[in-house]
Amino acid sequence: MKLLDAIRFRIATVFRRSQLNAEMEEELRSHISHRADDLERSGVGRAEAERRARVEFGGELRFKQESQEAAGGTLIDSIIQDLRFAVRMLRKSPGFTIVAVATLALSIGANAVVFGVLNALILHPQNVPQAESLYGLQHGSDKNTMVSYPDYLDLRDRNRSFDGLAAYTICWAGLDTGKEPSEISGFEVSGNYFDVLDVQPYLGRFFHGSDEHGANSAPYMVLTYAYWHSHFQDDRGVVGRIVRLNKHPYTILGVAPSGFEGTILFIRPDFFVPMVNKEQLDGEEILNAREKTGVLMALGHLKAGVTPKQAISDLNSIGSYLEKNDPKDDANMSFSLAHPGLTGDWLGGPVRAFVAGLMLLAGLILLAACANLGSLFAARAADRSREIALRLALGATRGRILWQVFTEAVLISLVGGAAGLWGSVVLLGGLSTWQPVPRLASLHIAVNPDANVYWVALLLALASAFLFGAVPVRQILRTNPYEIIKSGTMGKVGRRISVREVSLVVQIAICAVLVTASMVAVRGLMRSLHDNFGFEPRNATLVNTVLSMAGYTGDGVPAMQTRMIDALEAIPGVKSVGLVSWPPLGGGWVQSSVFTDRTTDLRPSNATASAFLYNISSDYFDAAGTALLAGRTLSRHDDMKAPRVAVVNRQFAGKILGSTTDAVGRYFKMPDGTRVQVVGVVEDGKYVSLTEDSEPAMFLPFQQVPSGVTCLVVRSDRDPQQLSAAIRSALRGLDAGLPFDVQPWTKTMDAAMLASHVATASLGVLGVMGAMLSITGIFGMAAYSVSKRKRELGIRMALGAQRKEVLQAALGRAFKLLAIGSAAGLLLGILASRVLASIVYQATPRDPLVLGGVVLAMALLGLLATWIPAQRALSVDPLILLREE
Amino acid sequence: MTEQAQLLPGTLDLLILRAVSLGPLHGYGVLLRIGQISGNALLIEQGALYPGLFRLVRQGLLKASWGTSDNNRRAKFYELTVAGRKRLREETANWNKLVSAIGCALGAQAEEV
Repeated sequence: MKLLDAIRFRIATVFRRSQLNAEMEEELRSHISHRADDLERSGVGRAEAERRARVEFGGELRFKQESQEAAGGTLIDSIIQDLRFAVRMLRKSPGFTIVAVATLALSIGANAVVFGVLNALILHPQNVPQAESLYGLQHGSDKNTMVSYPDYLDLRDRNRSFDGLAAYTICWAGLDTGKEPSEISGFEVSGNYFDVLDVQPYLGRFFHGSDEHGANSAPYMVLTYAYWHSHFQDDRGVVGRIVRLNKHPYTILGVAPSGFEGTILFIRPDFFVPMVNKEQLDGEEILNAREKTGVLMALGHLKAGVTPKQAISDLNSIGSYLEKNDPKDDANMSFSLAHPGLTGDWLGGPVRAFVAGLMLLAGLILLAACANLGSLFAARAADRSREIALRLALGATRGRILWQVFTEAVLISLVGGAAGLWGSVVLLGGLSTWQPVPRLASLHIAVNPDANVYWVALLLALASAFLFGAVPVRQILRTNPYEIIKSGTMGKVGRRISVREVSLVVQIAICAVLVTASMVAVRGLMRSLHDNFGFEPRNATLVNTVLSMAGYTGDGVPAMQTRMIDALEAIPGVKSVGLVSWPPLGGGWVQSSVFTDRTTDLRPSNATASAFLYNISSDYFDAAGTALLAGRTLSRHDDMKAPRVAVVNRQFAGKILGSTTDAVGRYFKMPDGTRVQVVGVVEDGKYVSLTEDSEPAMFLPFQQVPSGVTCLVVRSDRDPQQLSAAIRSALRGLDAGLPFDVQPWTKTMDAAMLASHVATASLGVLGVMGAMLSITGIFGMAAYSVSKRKRELGIRMALGAQRKEVLQAALGRAFKLLAIGSAAGLLLGILASRVLASIVYQATPRDPLVLGGVVLAMALLGLLATWIPAQRALSVDPLILLREE
Repeated sequence: MTEQAQLLPGTLDLLILRAVSLGPLHGYGVLLRIGQISGNALLIEQGALYPGLFRLVRQGLLKASWGTSDNNRRAKFYELTVAGRKRLREETANWNKLVSAIGCALGAQAEEV
């Protein structure tokens, strides 16, 4: 009780400080006035009386301070005193301060950036109320989130675990507001989407489940705040306005709140439309098609009291019903739950692994920085041993001196942390507005920092202050004032392994890991740029459009496509024009199950393989630069009237037809039972990602399988700028209302390269930071050892030691540590690169160039870091030195 | 003015407690009272009184409240708490024991040893 009171008293005093001060002031004034009254009564004038009273009172300031201490208000005072002293000390050694602050700013900044990404993508994934109970559905062993619309309806209506189940998928549409039509991207969502997520409109209203009455019954759209802001200039009159989406009239119902940008983290939609209208937007009928996975993801809030486990068993019972009900289309309906932001574990898994890996590396960097600063601090404490001894001798407690050292450490780390945080906020802001794939303006990484990031940066700053501030503690506690003042700073030169040396080795090892990893990544990236993709992106231009945006449907689609091909072929300088539904490595793809010709039971589990499906025109392989290995390419005559044919790649031929050599002429079956004859075999290629293994692919004539999604490959040696202008005018001449975009093929490859670009860039930055830290670490250590042993070196020189021997004595140990650390780091780096290989294409550490590069880099680092200390060691003049001491 | 004695360390608190035990006093009043009851024999630096007063308040031996002095000025008045009264009794007893012991020691004659 007493203790509690005392604590309460202390805390209260701290807060009542200013009041206390004022009271104390008044009390002392009152004392002086009373004394002056007395003096006045004895016949002294008032002014003189007051003066004398003041003199008699004595050192007012001193007594006030003592009174404050007596009243228990010393804590803040001593902190302020320590701070002042720390600022003075740091100002006295600007080099040390700058190095320390810069080191911390870099490493805390790196951590804040990585944590910002981690925070945005993984920890804080959805900006909706009660995000913690929001789950997305995924099924099968491959954690697929896609289901068909009828399956979604069954899941929505039959489950007893969710407070409503919503669905969404991504779509593109041509928007016509009366001006030039533009392509915008958005979400097709179930009618209950906003109600399930419990999001309220910023303006107007949202659509609801009750607005849906079958196919194309709900021509409503909701704009996102960002799109409304940038394209409708915050016009509140937009509610109720009718615009045209793919030439169909849609009513703008409202605007979503600014924080809500859909339910997938990488895509920022421009609008939301009811999914029942999908046919108008994509030209695809999915409402009754159980074989089409029209829903990207179903998601909802778990009911209160329902555990994820219960929900899964509930979903699985629906899953087995679905499998039984429609064995042809539904298989692998064993469900699991995932956080919805990264489309479940399919994308979430690798992203999480990569970000966690980065976080680990960033943490290691900070640790290395702390080790670095710790040894700097220890060196400083050793240099200041005289001052510390003096203060101890004058009666300072060791606690007070430690407190002082920690104040210095905290001050440095707070300044460094603030600088680092500022940098990271700028960087994260830049990252958030960055559009990695220009064509997909909606693809972005929203990683705006929030309070969590600030807290973590502060916490890291404080934690690192205590880490490196703690290094000299033992040294200070062991300080014997009498010894040091007697013998000067010449302590004994330690020969045993010190904590400082171990931490330096660890730090060098970490640096070597980072250097190795970034070199492996850069090499992999460089190699992958010169790889054979199964097509030649150079000297080819892509024209992307979706014909349904301009209202083409049915037979109109292939007819228009043929006209477009003809129009582009007529441009002078164009060698060939091919059509493909979506370009390989362009970010989009379709896969379909295929069956051998003998299979009669066409349920998914009987499929021989799943193959990428492309709809192409006769000249596609020519335009894309894909080599034909056997048979013929498709021709203009492979239309609806002709028998169904296909060209397949070598992998397809081997896997499904059982032979790469005489595949031509054989048949396979599509899921709907159609028999397709193979007329040609082409080389394998990369279709979705650079790191994939060879996958089967089939190419079907676009006249036989019409699709409005259109990409024209234009091969030409002409200047891309001129060519694209010519293409634009040619297409406008065909249909001025068709939105499209034109880009060199190499540009669109960015999507496929994104992962390895990001990995390489982040590893590169971390590698450079690691290298810088190692340099300062080695430099600090070498410089310190030279300055400590100056006298010994002087004596050696006086006794006739050669330059080589002096260097050996001064820096031999630093180099030994460097060698040990580098070797350990290189080994670890090689192990770590196995993880990298899954992200960066062709990343292999068993590359002589990488190994040599790492060794060379580390040697250079060592040379750079020890250059100045070595010069200093060699310039030691024994005569001056011996005279001085 | 008579020659004044230096205060022994630690005795100021005791004097303050004694002065205040005779009735509530403000700071300057404490000083006057000590002068009065000690026959002006002790030298006390005026300002040095205050750290003592604050210390005693913090220890819960005195309590303070603002009021108006005879000179019609605002002043902070101190009075003893129950703990303060108890402490004064103990310290007085201790002091007397110490004084008699030291007095005995200093007054001792050769043959008494």
